[in-house]
Amino acid sequence: MPNILVVEDSPTMRQLISFAMKRISGSKVIEATDGVDALKKLSSEKIDLILADINMPVMDGLKLVSLARGNPSYKDIPIIMITTEGAEEDRKRALAIGANAYLTKPIQTQELIRLVNGFISTPR
Amino acid sequence: MERETSIGKKADEFLQMFKKGEEFTQELLKENERLRFKVAQLEEAIERSGDEAKIRLYEERIKITEGELNSLKERFKQVEEENKDFATKYVEVEEENNNLANLYVASYQLHSTLDFNEVLRIVLEIVINLIGAEKFAVLLIEEKTNELIPVGTEGVAISEVPKVRFGEGIIGTAAKEGESYFAENIHAARGAISMENPIVCIPLKIKEHVIGVIAIYSLLLQKEKFSNVDYELFNLLAGHAATAIFSSRLYTQSERKLTTIQSFLDMLKEKPRR
Repeated sequence: MPNILVVEDSPTMRQLISFAMKRISGSKVIEATDGVDALKKLSSEKIDLILADINMPVMDGLKLVSLARGNPSYKDIPIIMITTEGAEEDRKRALAIGANAYLTKPIQTQELIRLVNGFISTPR
Repeated sequence: MERETSIGKKADEFLQMFKKGEEFTQELLKENERLRFKVAQLEEAIERSGDEAKIRLYEERIKITEGELNSLKERFKQVEEENKDFATKYVEVEEENNNLANLYVASYQLHSTLDFNEVLRIVLEIVINLIGAEKFAVLLIEEKTNELIPVGTEGVAISEVPKVRFGEGIIGTAAKEGESYFAENIHAARGAISMENPIVCIPLKIKEHVIGVIAIYSLLLQKEKFSNVDYELFNLLAGHAATAIFSSRLYTQSERKLTTIQSFLDMLKEKPRR
């Protein structure tokens, strides 16, 4: 039963992504509103995959990725970035600091589900 | 002498009889041989006719099996076609499901609050995240001045968006006529954005009464074209965002009036004490 952490400051997007993730059989969705909130959830729950926005208040998604990759407990958790930033250099930067995949908004739900399924079905 | 002659005769007769016996035995042996040959021939014929019958039987069976195989192949083709049909329908249903989820979430969020600023923020979120607009503004009609006033923007400062006279230009016309406007080339504005010439203009309507407009000036880099769900979202925004904005505005105004009246009443109650 995969635990998926959705990190997104927009309630609309958070609800939409959570909606999509709940359609993955047996998954449990945990929501966080920014990077700091996400780190709290990471320390209290066993997380199998993170879906994170980039532009967020308090702590953005890129900072969250670099902190997670520097922590031995979270370094292997797959992280998918979901952002409005569609430029190639943004994608490269996110992947370079340790994100596993990069999706741009507006998201295609089927594509997101396929991507998530690929990560959670691959043993780490 | 006579006796010798009689014995000789008898010996001849015996010899004759023995020869006849031999001949008869020879004939019997020949007949036996002939009959055995005949039996062998008949046995062979029976065997051969048995094989032919078996071959005919096998041929019949092969024909039946071939018929069954062909009908199975036909059925397999049909099932394969049905499968393809189901797969296509599944993809369509999935897409429809996702679109409905988008519309549900947008509508749910729009009606989740009566706070005007919150409603405005949700409208902006929907236009950025679900439609993929980069620069846009929400303008509301100020009935006293008959102008459209910007109340919320994304990607552009609110001070940069000019007020628009009702009925003038693309934005004013969309507000007056209540009809959505879509530029022929939605990417034409990239790099040269004009506040008077949005690429999309969605009037916010409560039934036929227009209360404002969403004007989109440019789309996100990755947004190549509008899909069916985008048009559904535009329709949803036209109606639901309008009612959400209108009711939250009314609620805020009534709250403000209630506070004023309450303060006035409190003031009146306090007067006799002095």
